[in-house]
Amino acid sequence: MGEFFKNYSREKLEKVLEKIGVKDVEELYSDVPDEIKIKGELNLPKALNEMEIEKYVGKVLEKNMVHDEVLTFLGAGLPPHYVPAAIESIISRSEFYTAYTPYQPEISQGILQALFEYQSMICELTAMDVANSSMYDWATGAAEALRMALRVKGKKKVLIGENIGPDRKNVIKTYLEPLECDILEVNYDGVCGRIDLGDLEKKVKDACALYIENPNFFGIIEKDAAKMADIIHKEGGVFIVGVDPISLGLLKPPGEYGADIVVGEGQNLGGWLNFGGPSLGIFACRWDMSLVRQMPGRIIGMTTDLSGERRAFTMVLQTREQHIRREQATSNICTNEALMAVAAAAYLALLGSKGLRKLAIEIFERAHYACRRLSEVKNVIVPHFSGEFYQEFTLKLVGEDINRVFDRMIERKIIPGLILTKYFPKLDNVLLSCFTEVHSVENIEKLVEAFKEVMV
Amino acid sequence: MFRQARWIEPLLNELTKEEGVLEKVKLEGLPDEIVRDKLDIPNLTETRVVRHFMRLSQMNFGVDFGTYPLGSCTMKYNPKVCERIVSNYKLKMLHPLQPQETCQGILQILYELAQCLVEITGAHKACLVPSAGAHGEFVGALMIRAAIKDRGELDTRREMIIPDSAHGTNPASAAMAGFRIVKVPSNNEGLVDTEALKSVVGKRTAGIMLTVPNTLGLFEKKIIEIVNIVKEVGGYTYYDGANLNALMGKVRPGDMGFDIIHLNLHKTFATPHGGGGPGSGPVCASENVEEYLPVPLIEFDGRKYYLEYDRPKSIGFVRGFHGNISVLVKAYVYIRLLGSMGLKSASERAVVNSNYLLSLLDKEFYEVPYSTSMPRKHEFVVSVGKALREKGVSAKDIAKALIDYGVHAPTIYFPLIVQEALMIEPTETESFEEVEEYARILNEIAYRAYHDPEWIKSTPHNTSVGRIDEAKASHPRTMRLNWRNLEKV
Ligand SMILES: Cc1ncc(COP(=O)(O)O)c(C=O)c1O
Repeated sequence: MGEFFKNYSREKLEKVLEKIGVKDVEELYSDVPDEIKIKGELNLPKALNEMEIEKYVGKVLEKNMVHDEVLTFLGAGLPPHYVPAAIESIISRSEFYTAYTPYQPEISQGILQALFEYQSMICELTAMDVANSSMYDWATGAAEALRMALRVKGKKKVLIGENIGPDRKNVIKTYLEPLECDILEVNYDGVCGRIDLGDLEKKVKDACALYIENPNFFGIIEKDAAKMADIIHKEGGVFIVGVDPISLGLLKPPGEYGADIVVGEGQNLGGWLNFGGPSLGIFACRWDMSLVRQMPGRIIGMTTDLSGERRAFTMVLQTREQHIRREQATSNICTNEALMAVAAAAYLALLGSKGLRKLAIEIFERAHYACRRLSEVKNVIVPHFSGEFYQEFTLKLVGEDINRVFDRMIERKIIPGLILTKYFPKLDNVLLSCFTEVHSVENIEKLVEAFKEVMV
Repeated sequence: MFRQARWIEPLLNELTKEEGVLEKVKLEGLPDEIVRDKLDIPNLTETRVVRHFMRLSQMNFGVDFGTYPLGSCTMKYNPKVCERIVSNYKLKMLHPLQPQETCQGILQILYELAQCLVEITGAHKACLVPSAGAHGEFVGALMIRAAIKDRGELDTRREMIIPDSAHGTNPASAAMAGFRIVKVPSNNEGLVDTEALKSVVGKRTAGIMLTVPNTLGLFEKKIIEIVNIVKEVGGYTYYDGANLNALMGKVRPGDMGFDIIHLNLHKTFATPHGGGGPGSGPVCASENVEEYLPVPLIEFDGRKYYLEYDRPKSIGFVRGFHGNISVLVKAYVYIRLLGSMGLKSASERAVVNSNYLLSLLDKEFYEVPYSTSMPRKHEFVVSVGKALREKGVSAKDIAKALIDYGVHAPTIYFPLIVQEALMIEPTETESFEEVEEYARILNEIAYRAYHDPEWIKSTPHNTSVGRIDEAKASHPRTMRLNWRNLEKV
């Protein structure tokens, strides 16, 4: 156990103070008005040493119940994924994690190259041309994408899918509130769960952007996304798509169906759930200078050193950013989620295109297996929506109150999913469940058994 | 002597020649037309991937390798125990939407952290959700907006007052929240010009955003008057806590009269900066504006901890879920390790180190702008404008020379009100010996600037690459933003 700063002898300290030209430390605070100086001491809990704090926090965290103790089928924007050990070795390198933003690129080539590779792989994954090196998370990325569209187009109306994640919807509303613009929701079709194209046609007039998610919050693949792109493009608007990056090992990338901007949650590309953060906001757009110049966040570019002989990386297009442009900046973001982006780069590199394809197929099959098995349970209508899904689907319970079912599942140490009524009042007695590679066939069987017991 | 690794490490996609065509799949429930058929992400062995990133890491520099005195960034040592504590499986596998009775452990830690932050800032309530300092600023600006809207004055109160020495995120955040920026100049002491402030405040004032100590490292000695000037006209006061490392246990923003305060846990509370992030920027509020804080807050009813969403006046949600949780836990551990005495000593030592470093510098070369006789706090700013005029040696040149010695450069060209600025913040975790060594290096560079300026302009030589061609990097014709060939460029 070390000291983080040294306790010097009185003589040494006095020498230092003498050199500074003050008689004591307090003199260094002589410009702080006396009436506001803290007289006694802060009232904080007693200091603990390293061993004690490790024990204490460990003991408190014991109270959490995680995956093995309580079988969890929650996704809802953050599906659980396994994190390969190599990722942790890589991001525990303190050359990476104890560095600041690479303001001095010559001594920070490591993180700059890793972030450039992250951006490149995000471009491959989404079929976009330019990615930034991270936003705080998916929700703030989606909100900033809409703000970007409003800036580029100079209009006052945006459309968002009714079936996007409630977190994203809420954050979009908070972020756009000062712009005093109209945010209209495009309804979903009550049968298939996808965006209702007719409703989109009806609402699109004067809209400068459409934001949808694919798969949407109900887990359903928006297979008409190309048509939505046409509709919003005809109106001169920007098409923004939110994605689950791992699904793109299997599903067509947004760049192939007309997206102009892609956002998404990258946390589980090599990051644990961690109760929701640190997160990683994915943000990418098409090669269109009117868009690129309005992008928020840091972008790393490839160049050379002045000799022209050695490849090098550095932050580019900084005139968009707050430290140069101040109130004219495209965003206020400064600190981002760089280390999570390095983890994501390492994750994508470890899996490769083949590994990602395999993983996405495994997830797809697992979810469909679960769906088939659950459809055998009496009074469980599954899937509730008829649209094709990827890793999540909705279940409607008949004849039993969902909260009671939920409690009885908890008694059996199962969290069967997310109750949707709170977020979508129209959806009475509907549950959203998620299945990934972390759920074994036994786990799924246990869920099915529990439903059979509870839904009598 | 410092020599950074110089691997010639290709890009990942250059490590294999394979094409990215994917095998066809036929899955029931998946129409062919929505299956992707191409993905250009290389397929490599784990060995090669690990070597790749380890080599890259050797071409990077962090606090663990040397003095890193980036002004305003508080690059202090990051205690290792914090990393180990957050690698707990009971945290890693916890889903944010689990029923709260299964999350009591983490909720308790977060609750205790919020209590500590409230005590340290002298505020009334803390929200841990914001993900960085700038995020906290935006939240604070939105809270001010909401409060003014509530008073029915949003049509008139549209001006946010920000000193010219402020960090760029302040005006950017206020502008995002719909405010017009009114800049107040610094006086010849480097402090807010209170007469100028009085002349700009009025019915249009929404509030002021202040950094204390300011970005010159100076404490606003008229802080009470400044706060009162703004409050008297009905404005709110926002405290940018990026520089709180000077003041812990000494004086609290809440006691100065601030309504809203953000903290940078990745600065003051020693959480590692991760090469750019993740950070965390909790926002603390006084009683009069507490109801506008974003959701969720963490509460305790005497029996259990819970996430509180039912706050009708809240500005709402500002990100997904509940914040950058493991960063919050690390900050909590740090606070508990130091305790009240430790935090106070940390601030005092940070201030001693900064003044000691300043006292050791060749002031002919490193000129001190503003209030030369006033003590600095945790950081100070010097100008090398004279070297530029006389020898053509710029702040950037000095930064590059510094990194050749195996220490990191300070922040340069900020604050904007100082020409050729070097903004230096050694932090408390540098020993006096390391401070002395940094001063020695700076003075040696000063000497060489006059005796061998061409050497300085040619630095760095010991880093993994030489000086970067920034013009090429950002020129539309040569700009390369991903590894695909962007012929369109
Ligand atoms: C004075 C000041 N304010 C605000 C910020 C922004 O904080 P963050 O980078 O965490 O968004 C910084 C960080 O550089 C700063 O130095």
